[in-house]
Amino acid sequence: MDEKITVITSTAVPLPVENVDTDQIIPARFLKATSREGFGDNLFRDWRFDKEGNKVESFVLNDPRYSGCILIAGKNFGSGSSREHAAWAIHDYGFRVVVSSFFADIHKNNELNNFVLPVVVSEDFLRELFNTVHADPKAELRVDLPQQTITNLSTGRWEHFDINPYKKHCLLNGLDDISYLLSRKSDTEKYERDADHY
Amino acid sequence: MPKTLFDKIWDSHAVNVIDGGPTQLYIDRHYCHEVTSPQAFDGLRRRGLKVFRPGRTICSPDHNIPTQHQDCPIADPVSRNQVETLRRNAAEFGIDIFDIGHERNGIIHVIGPENALTLPGYTIVCGDSHTSTHGAFGAVAFGIGTSEVEMVLASQCILQPKPKSMRITIDGNLRPGVTAKDVALYVIARMTTSGATGYFVEYAGEVVRDMSMEERMTLCNLSIEMGARGGMVAPDETTFAYLKGRDFAPKGEAWDKAVAYWRTLPTDADAVFDAEVRFDAADIEPRLTFGTNPGMGIGISESVPANPGKNDAERAGYTRSLRYMGFEEGEKLTGTRVDYIFVGSCTNGRFEDFRLFADMVKGKKKAPGVIVWLVPGSRKVMEQLRRAGIDKTLAEAGFELREPGCSACLAMNDDKVAPGKLCVSTSNRNFEGRQGPGSRTILAGVPLAAAAALTGYITDPRTI
Repeated sequence: MDEKITVITSTAVPLPVENVDTDQIIPARFLKATSREGFGDNLFRDWRFDKEGNKVESFVLNDPRYSGCILIAGKNFGSGSSREHAAWAIHDYGFRVVVSSFFADIHKNNELNNFVLPVVVSEDFLRELFNTVHADPKAELRVDLPQQTITNLSTGRWEHFDINPYKKHCLLNGLDDISYLLSRKSDTEKYERDADHY
Repeated sequence: MPKTLFDKIWDSHAVNVIDGGPTQLYIDRHYCHEVTSPQAFDGLRRRGLKVFRPGRTICSPDHNIPTQHQDCPIADPVSRNQVETLRRNAAEFGIDIFDIGHERNGIIHVIGPENALTLPGYTIVCGDSHTSTHGAFGAVAFGIGTSEVEMVLASQCILQPKPKSMRITIDGNLRPGVTAKDVALYVIARMTTSGATGYFVEYAGEVVRDMSMEERMTLCNLSIEMGARGGMVAPDETTFAYLKGRDFAPKGEAWDKAVAYWRTLPTDADAVFDAEVRFDAADIEPRLTFGTNPGMGIGISESVPANPGKNDAERAGYTRSLRYMGFEEGEKLTGTRVDYIFVGSCTNGRFEDFRLFADMVKGKKKAPGVIVWLVPGSRKVMEQLRRAGIDKTLAEAGFELREPGCSACLAMNDDKVAPGKLCVSTSNRNFEGRQGPGSRTILAGVPLAAAAALTGYITDPRTI
């Protein structure tokens, strides 16, 4: 990966819906591709477009007032299917950060493996972020990965967020897990020789 | 120190633990299907890598495959390409594939156990969230993303933070007409769709001990629907009896040695879980869902609950969900007209599921006007049903068995529920559009599906 994440300052797109499952992020009929590219066109496909393929004007991705590389979503984002296509679609569309009060496990890993930063905030701060962005779509947020902080630049309020130090190191330095695992191959071979539980 | 079943398996597979970070976990068995693997194989080619341990990966196309005329080429060129890509990748990297029509082909979570490729004490992964199914054998089994599929192919390891542990105990005895699916739907509704996120669950208690292996698979399969990384059941005599003699089970002396090891796996008496939850089997009746996530479920005698939302976002989500389904708060669902019935999937696509369906419809007739898809989870299940004459019982009642695959569970093949239509489905997800754009799904167990197939309406299966 040539990508890194450090400090991101951006406007945000608010999606105050809870339990957004990965079938909504990218419906199954779009999983037939054999490459990683182009999934952004179908991000939230069935919320963004009606049956005839016309834009649903009321859906936030079609609302010209909102833009930016930060998506703010309701609690339990990314539940359901393990499809990494959901993270690819989010990244391909242009998002680099997803803010929510709670993420489903597999999807959270998938985001981290694709240089999309999942930021967990308190319910209270999430509500404030929705209010700020709804009141002023030009309002900016700053996400600082080295400091592990997210700041509402309109109010100055900020919160610390957690990330596992290994994953933080990977995102800051543009590293992926495979490089690490390949470097540990001799440990794996030793494990195979020594394992006596079979 | 006393250990849980999960800890024993996890700890014995830890190759390294990164300071403050994840565990490098060795993977015994990797299952691969056509949807979540092509980009992983591409990654290997890009990096110029081979598959590190090809013997530990098994491929089976399942998501895209048609459930009729499997001897013909797949009509949809995009689906066909994805299946052909899996075939090419398996050949190029030297991995076994149970291709369409192969005697061992089927849904990956059905064929792994039935061929004893899944064994107690194993670590098992697949690019598929329902990998939790294999936990029924006392294995640590969980779903992963495609980047992680690439890691396993390249190194036979994966980097994972160790999840917390939870034990869910179901005491007592199930009431007549209540199945493992009802137990799972009850537990998910009580836990909510995110209530076990961050945890690996062990199911315990009298109810679980009394379950057959197929029932335990149904229970573990649905663990992800409450957010859990996986679910598992301690191996016991039921487990060993199921596995003995199957295609890839250890044989002879190796079998005895394996069983001796498997007997050491159950959770030690005084091991401590991060969370303990108990339910009483007497509280569970046949279940069904009314909303757009598997946690939105009720007992057949109950009505759609009043909006339980604690804040605007929760209330809005609930309202949106009921509007999508076309149901009202306080409404009873019995008597609702049904358009489709789907019996199958990695949740309820095994021999006992179709035998139960056949027992209920024997000597009766399919309701006119409903479309019923009965899709065995594997070719072996299909053959087993034929050998038992169950296909004939079904045919006499007006039903037809199709060929195996994931089918209408997620409608990647032609088995799509039409927009706005209502389907009673024995699968695992009732998300918006899951069974086709605009489709409306009610999740239930096999008896409720059979009752709907006979009457054309949502019907309490205990009245049939």
